Amino acid sequence: MTGTSNAKGSALREKKIVVRAIGDSFRKLHPRTMVKNPVMFVVEVGAVITTIQLLWNAAHHVVSVGFGFGLQITLWLWFTVLFANFAEAMAEGRGKAQAETLRKARAETEAHRVKDDGSIEQVPGSTLRAGDVVIVTAGEFIPGDGEVIEGIASVDESAITGESAPVIRESGGDRSAVTGGTRVISDEIRIRITANPGETFLDRMIRLVEGASRQKTPNEIALNILLAGLTIIFLLAVATLQPFAIYSHASQNIFVLVALLVCLIPTTIGGLLSAIGIAGMDRLIQRNVIAMSGRAVEASGDVDILLLDKTGTITLGNRAATQFIAAPGVNERELADAAQLSSLADETAEGRSIVVLAKEKYGLRGRDLSAHETNFIPFSAHTRMSGVDLDGRQIRKGAPDAIARYATEHGNLIPAEVQKQIEGIASSGGTPLLVTENRRILGVIALTDIVKGGMRERFDHLRAMGIKTVMITGDNPLTAAAIARQAGVDDFLAQARPEDKMALIRREQANGRLVAMTGDGTNDAPALAQADVGVAMNTGTQAAKEAGNMVDLDSNPTKLIEIVEIGKQLLITRGALTTFSVANDVAKYFAIIPAMFAGVFPQLGILNIMHLRTPQSAILSAVIFNALIIVALIPLALRGVRYRPVGAAALLRRNLLIYGMGGIIAPFIGIKLLDVLIRVLHWA
Amino acid sequence: MTANGWFQILFLLGVILLVTRPLGAFIARVFNGEKTFLDPVLRPIEKLIYRLTGVDEKREMSWPEYAIAMLLFSVVSLVVLYVIERTQQWLFLNPQKLAAVPANVALNTAVSFTTNTNWQSYTPETTMSYLTQMAGLAYHNFTSAAVGIAMAIALIRGIARREMKTIGNFWVDMTRGLLWILLPLALVGSLVLVSQGVIQNFKPYVTAHVIAPQKVTTTGSDGKPVTQVVSQQTIPQGPVASQEAIKELGTNGGGFFNANSAHPYENPTPFSNFLEMFLILLIPSALTYTLGRMTGSQRHGWAVWGAMAALFLMAVTVAYWAEARGNPEFSMVDQAHSTLQPGGNMEGKEVRFGIADSALFATVTTDTSCGAVNSMHDSFTPLGGLIPLTNIMLGEIVFGGVGSGLYGMVVFVIIAVFIAGLMVGRTPEYLGKKIESYDVKMAMLSILVTSFVVLILSAIAVVEPFGTSSITNPGPHGLSQVLYAYASTVGNNGSAFAGLNANTLWYNMSTSAAMLLGRFFMVIPVLAIAGSLARKKTAPPSLGTFPVTGPLFSVLLISTILIVVALTFFPALSLGPILEHLLMYAGKAF
Repeated sequence: MTGTSNAKGSALREKKIVVRAIGDSFRKLHPRTMVKNPVMFVVEVGAVITTIQLLWNAAHHVVSVGFGFGLQITLWLWFTVLFANFAEAMAEGRGKAQAETLRKARAETEAHRVKDDGSIEQVPGSTLRAGDVVIVTAGEFIPGDGEVIEGIASVDESAITGESAPVIRESGGDRSAVTGGTRVISDEIRIRITANPGETFLDRMIRLVEGASRQKTPNEIALNILLAGLTIIFLLAVATLQPFAIYSHASQNIFVLVALLVCLIPTTIGGLLSAIGIAGMDRLIQRNVIAMSGRAVEASGDVDILLLDKTGTITLGNRAATQFIAAPGVNERELADAAQLSSLADETAEGRSIVVLAKEKYGLRGRDLSAHETNFIPFSAHTRMSGVDLDGRQIRKGAPDAIARYATEHGNLIPAEVQKQIEGIASSGGTPLLVTENRRILGVIALTDIVKGGMRERFDHLRAMGIKTVMITGDNPLTAAAIARQAGVDDFLAQARPEDKMALIRREQANGRLVAMTGDGTNDAPALAQADVGVAMNTGTQAAKEAGNMVDLDSNPTKLIEIVEIGKQLLITRGALTTFSVANDVAKYFAIIPAMFAGVFPQLGILNIMHLRTPQSAILSAVIFNALIIVALIPLALRGVRYRPVGAAALLRRNLLIYGMGGIIAPFIGIKLLDVLIRVLHWA
Repeated sequence: MTANGWFQILFLLGVILLVTRPLGAFIARVFNGEKTFLDPVLRPIEKLIYRLTGVDEKREMSWPEYAIAMLLFSVVSLVVLYVIERTQQWLFLNPQKLAAVPANVALNTAVSFTTNTNWQSYTPETTMSYLTQMAGLAYHNFTSAAVGIAMAIALIRGIARREMKTIGNFWVDMTRGLLWILLPLALVGSLVLVSQGVIQNFKPYVTAHVIAPQKVTTTGSDGKPVTQVVSQQTIPQGPVASQEAIKELGTNGGGFFNANSAHPYENPTPFSNFLEMFLILLIPSALTYTLGRMTGSQRHGWAVWGAMAALFLMAVTVAYWAEARGNPEFSMVDQAHSTLQPGGNMEGKEVRFGIADSALFATVTTDTSCGAVNSMHDSFTPLGGLIPLTNIMLGEIVFGGVGSGLYGMVVFVIIAVFIAGLMVGRTPEYLGKKIESYDVKMAMLSILVTSFVVLILSAIAVVEPFGTSSITNPGPHGLSQVLYAYASTVGNNGSAFAGLNANTLWYNMSTSAAMLLGRFFMVIPVLAIAGSLARKKTAPPSLGTFPVTGPLFSVLLISTILIVVALTFFPALSLGPILEHLLMYAGKAF
């Protein structure tokens, strides 16, 4: 979804979204839709009541309430509902635009199905069921989600991931999963289909981004209950105000009462709540993460512990040579030369890194050995060493104990100095390799895990969020500890087997902690399913993708940090706008209560601390402010309140100041300004 | 306002602060079943009670069982009291030969004392026999307070426990609350009160001849003035001291005499006055420490105490200021404080207590659900009267009723944590417990009860003749009277703006309903919360956890309470006390 679109294109798309959202705002007025949002439903009912009253007044020539005033109140009440609907429609709009792109990828494909007798038939892709086997050749679209059972091919997955570089898919191992709607660009593969029509990854993704399968998340439900409770309280306060007013000989008309009610109930958060949720999911999708449920997004904000695989996540996938340490009496250059020669035919990443290090450090270039008599000795599990025989030089490198045995057979002992170096490298998390020439010990090559750049900062960041990081590795505890220290993780699990990972997750969960992890292999699947937030890599196996509750299309294991931030942002935005909404009510009381009773009890005018000009202008200003604040906060709802990893206490202080204090002060200013504006425009 | 007045206010708060920790820790020990210094005496009695009643003290209850036990106990107690009231004329300890209590008054009173309200629509000394006072009313003063403590302890256990289905045993909590806490404290309190001159006897009422007979003119039944010469006075007697201590200690508030703690036999000296306020605040304040102790977060307990203390000081400041300022209608009269007069608005106040102690007592008794009075709240200035009314509307959570104050406060804590907890980027947690939709629902239900009952019953009462006919002062003050009556009953406070004639069928019935709803509809959701929290896992605190300790949390809690309650009642209050205040300064009194 990295668009090739230029700014003009995106502006055009934005405009399309806005236009559609405006239409949707009216469609959403249907009571069946509105009733899902109790707060806004009350506003709609209020608007209907004032509309009927307005028409009745007009028909019966009632003049006690000015028609203009009643009309303006009624219109602004409808606007309040429409603005809230617009916010939701805007949030949904982006998802819908994305869904359209995805739908194109799902366009009807032809599939070559392998029948039971081995013959091949051409069928529409939509008729494939789980268990069918199909053949896909270069240039064809993969007709459904499945697993490669035969062959290897490069696949263009840009329709799903937005990543234009093709990826390799092959049978067996952890790279066997393919997604429907992607295209094979070379070779031919046999695929066993694993999903029935309508249940494919693409289908699910479309439903998710469209918000069609959106269900309210647990916290959203709880917040809705709170808002409904507050609405009932205010409904009571306003409904009983009329008897009290009658007792005081100052009864009120229906416009004023409905206006007061709408101003008091938490319309700001009520109107923006679902937009916040949709926008949160949308932000994840923009970062190429597909969450299978909103529940998982919410849970990610609560994560206490992050489990990270060492290899590929914290360290680069392979170890690399970082140092040559010569034995006493040996020149370092001599060691480097021998090491490089022995590795020239070694195609492993470690072998290549030795060649590169020798070149970088001693300017030794890869030599053309075709003129010489060379015999490369490949690595074998039996000898645990490799090397080269070259013009009578027998160069070998390998694990210290293997080389030691090889050398000592001929009476060459390992110098104590070298032995100490070997131990030193091992204890600091590296892997020592011994190099010999003609069975004489030349020295040691240190292979070490390379911690990815910027990892320490990311872990510090997580720590500040209150999240503990645990590194999972198959290494021995000594090595694991060294890398953990180097990378800055809080803890590690060494010599971990899949069942150890499960046990760790269970133990932490039993202590009340929420665990997040990433994984890609089939053996990660149980742990991914057990974790509260399990992020599967898109390159991973089907089993892993199904076990996790999120899929990262970029297959970037550190994406979890961003996922956690998005989860937190989602919750903070809800809390901030709830606080703001409730705090707003203070000013609205000071606008409306004196206005209601100023006629009968001018003394109550002392509560009119904003010095609003007339009672009608005061009430109108409050209603207009209440409606406009929804529109004003749509960008914040869609973007989310920024999260800073500064610890809960500091974050709370900051947000309380902005949204709590700000929520009390802002409407005083806003209502006063609107009052002035209304006077200038002669509205009331 | 005087330095001496402020000293008395701060001295009371200081002494309460001092006893909070020791008593709170003691209460925690009692309900954790740990050893206490009273065990050698009380443990055998406790065991005997269980043997006689067949209670298995080891058996734990789920929240519905706990609630049913509490309801069962309350209903039976209510019925017993009703029967005693209706049959007192045939029973012993009735030297005044008082008749049976009329049915609707008897019901109202039975409900009132069972719910820890002690709303009295009757005049005690002319209605209740000594037996009714002691076996009926004083019994309830103990048990309704013990029920309150048990509920609070059950809630605390719910917060503290993890992944458990039970919240304790109601019968055990009740018994221990009575034996270890209420009885010993009441015993000591009574003796000290006796030392101050509070009476304790079973004598018939004494007739005294007044030194200077007075002519009194009243309006007779035929509307013509009747003049009488009053030369003698009946002085009621009775076992006052034993009831007085528990009246305050259990935040019951039902006076032995109609004049309540303004009566010299109930509250003779400034020291007894101090002691009574001290007893009112004692257990509610200590329970905040118990909360901290039992949940393992002592700092949270203190943060709750801090919020309570701040709300207390705010209220007493306004009340004291308003009363000391006097009445603008008497601009020609010297209302300044001097060595010869307390100054300010002395209407309805005892000269031996003055402005500061009256304003302080009014604040204390309505911060808690006590309802004992040493001055007439009805006679306070409008703003001075606004304070007791607002205190009750807050739900009596500023220290609050024994037990009920704490659980009411925890409900607000849950709401505060839920709203603001989101702002730290986690789903809200309270001491490691996730606050989910069920908990929010129950908390909102509990909060809704007060506003629902006060607003709806008041709205009916001010427009229907059966309601308005009891209002003695027209205009905004009448509205205040009605609001106060329902706030006081639903809040289980029991004090009154005495101007309202509440002894009518409508008020006896509607206030009975208010008292029952206010007690049980509030506490059942609270027990549900306890059960729900007990079942949850407890997340260990981390840097990202919402802090429920420290001044920031106290401020947040105070703001939540003030905003939620103010928003609910501001329209009604603005037509009541606020309007009355403004009109009074415009020269119009009611």
